[in-house]
Amino acid sequence: MFGVFCYYVMSVIKVQNISKHFGSLKAVDDLSFEVQAGQVFGFLGQNGSGKSTTIRMLLSLIHPTSGQIEIFGKRIEKDREAILEQVGAIIERPDLYPYLSAREHLELFAKVRKQKIGEADINATLEKVGLAHRAKDKVQTFSLGMKQRLGIGIALVHNPSLIILDEPTNGLDPQGIADIRQLIQYLAKEEGKTVLVSSHLLSEIEQVAHQILIIHQGKKMVEGVTKELLDPEKRIVQIKTTDDANALKVITAGSFSNYLLPRGEGVYLKIPTREIPLLNESLVKAEVALLGIETKNSLEDYFLQITSNA
Amino acid sequence: MWSLIKVELYKIFSRPRTYIAFGAIAALIVVIQLGLKIDGDFYASFLMKDINDTLTVDGKVLNGYLICYILLQLLLVHVPLLVALIAADMISGEANLGTLRLLFTTPYSRTRWVLAKFIAASIYTILLLIWLAFLALFVSMWIFGTDDLFLMKSNYVVLIEQNDVLWRYVGAFVFASFALLTVTSLGFLLSSLSSNSIGPIVGTMSAIVFFTILSTLNIPLFTLVKPYLFTTHMNNWKEFFDIQVNANNEAITGSILNIPKIKTSLVVLTLHIILFVSASIIIIKKKDILS
Repeated sequence: MFGVFCYYVMSVIKVQNISKHFGSLKAVDDLSFEVQAGQVFGFLGQNGSGKSTTIRMLLSLIHPTSGQIEIFGKRIEKDREAILEQVGAIIERPDLYPYLSAREHLELFAKVRKQKIGEADINATLEKVGLAHRAKDKVQTFSLGMKQRLGIGIALVHNPSLIILDEPTNGLDPQGIADIRQLIQYLAKEEGKTVLVSSHLLSEIEQVAHQILIIHQGKKMVEGVTKELLDPEKRIVQIKTTDDANALKVITAGSFSNYLLPRGEGVYLKIPTREIPLLNESLVKAEVALLGIETKNSLEDYFLQITSNA
Repeated sequence: MWSLIKVELYKIFSRPRTYIAFGAIAALIVVIQLGLKIDGDFYASFLMKDINDTLTVDGKVLNGYLICYILLQLLLVHVPLLVALIAADMISGEANLGTLRLLFTTPYSRTRWVLAKFIAASIYTILLLIWLAFLALFVSMWIFGTDDLFLMKSNYVVLIEQNDVLWRYVGAFVFASFALLTVTSLGFLLSSLSSNSIGPIVGTMSAIVFFTILSTLNIPLFTLVKPYLFTTHMNNWKEFFDIQVNANNEAITGSILNIPKIKTSLVVLTLHIILFVSASIIIIKKKDILS
């Protein structure tokens, strides 16, 4: 038996040259990008860079000044209701009704979905976001992190195929951040969801996103596959010592001087990964009181590099 | 659509603020009823003082029907302010809370949401009116009993037989519901323009006070616009209690003196409701949700 397998990657989100102007302010300026099915797409930018405005345009909360948005191959302004049926989203802050409980929120938003969402789905969502034990408590008693979890629960309760999470780790403690990271990975890997996640906590995006887009002042700065952009061959490292001057002396005197990065404080190098042990050896030999060598080659560095050059 | 209305009603009746109006109406009515129960005879004799020499009235003047009329005269001016508390908060309150974006990312159009919110606010208004009717009419009938309704107008008196009164109250309350729904729609319109609740609530109250003053001033300039102001028509529920008389100046049971006036008022109020709600829909559809 012969079979022909046609494989193609479908664009779940296709944004073409969208702009949004608020008076003279260009919040988003001629932005284009695509998000493929099953992908975790990292949407990065500093505060005020235009991330949330873009996400609001994707969700038809804001009307673009120009450009076109297609989701699931349909135009958002024409097929808004059909598109939003398959989308779950949280946008910036987890704003909820303080006088309702977590369960009431999920029940309420289950009612305004066209899918049949039963008690079991609501219980499963509460479990998924770790709020089962506080399901009956009013939201006014919740911490910011718990509200954020509930916001994610509302986004997931109808089992959407596209999930848009705008700053989902805001207000979460380190464990909460790790939980959300795991949840995003689970949704993409195990459930085949497409996830667009925006954040300014760039190290978080680095760990979950297949593809990243960095915007700055409403404009696209860079877009690409996370692994390729990070270039594992070269790493930014911080030399932690009790005597930075002595460490710098050793570095500038040897073959590592070309790798030295001009930073205000601390000793930083952009160095090929294979040379890190040699650097370590040289510092130890020169009796530099070494506290550690910390890899800093994260998106944060990449992001800072990109946006500071803009 | 019904599911959206249910969601909106659930939210309205989950908030403690909603019950302030019900409590305020109950407190006012109970206080007035108590006062009239204790000092009612004095009040009745004060009412009748100008006509005691020319007219002899038998029976119980201060009965449940008259109490209800007095209460409506007093309260139907103030109930719009209570209605504004909820109606003017329907959209702006959610914008302020940040939950409007949650609603507008569900697979329903903004028009549907706005209509669902308006219908929910209208149901709240009607329930408030039913509560008012129950306390002002039925509780008064229970406490003070019933008899013919004797009303003192500015330059004449009206006597309506007791078996001819109840349907007039039904008519008056239906009319009052149109008047209050006009206030609801005005609050709703102002609510669609703002991202905080205080402005629309104060704005609605101010608009009612402002237009009521214009409606009552007898200045030629204002006389031109008076027929088009909703406040001019809001108090025309009283027309249900003006009765036609025959050639012998005897009251005609089941009649209303000026039916065209009631019809005109209902048309003006309905047009205001349509105008305000349509404007709200257009504003919300065009609005960027930035909250």
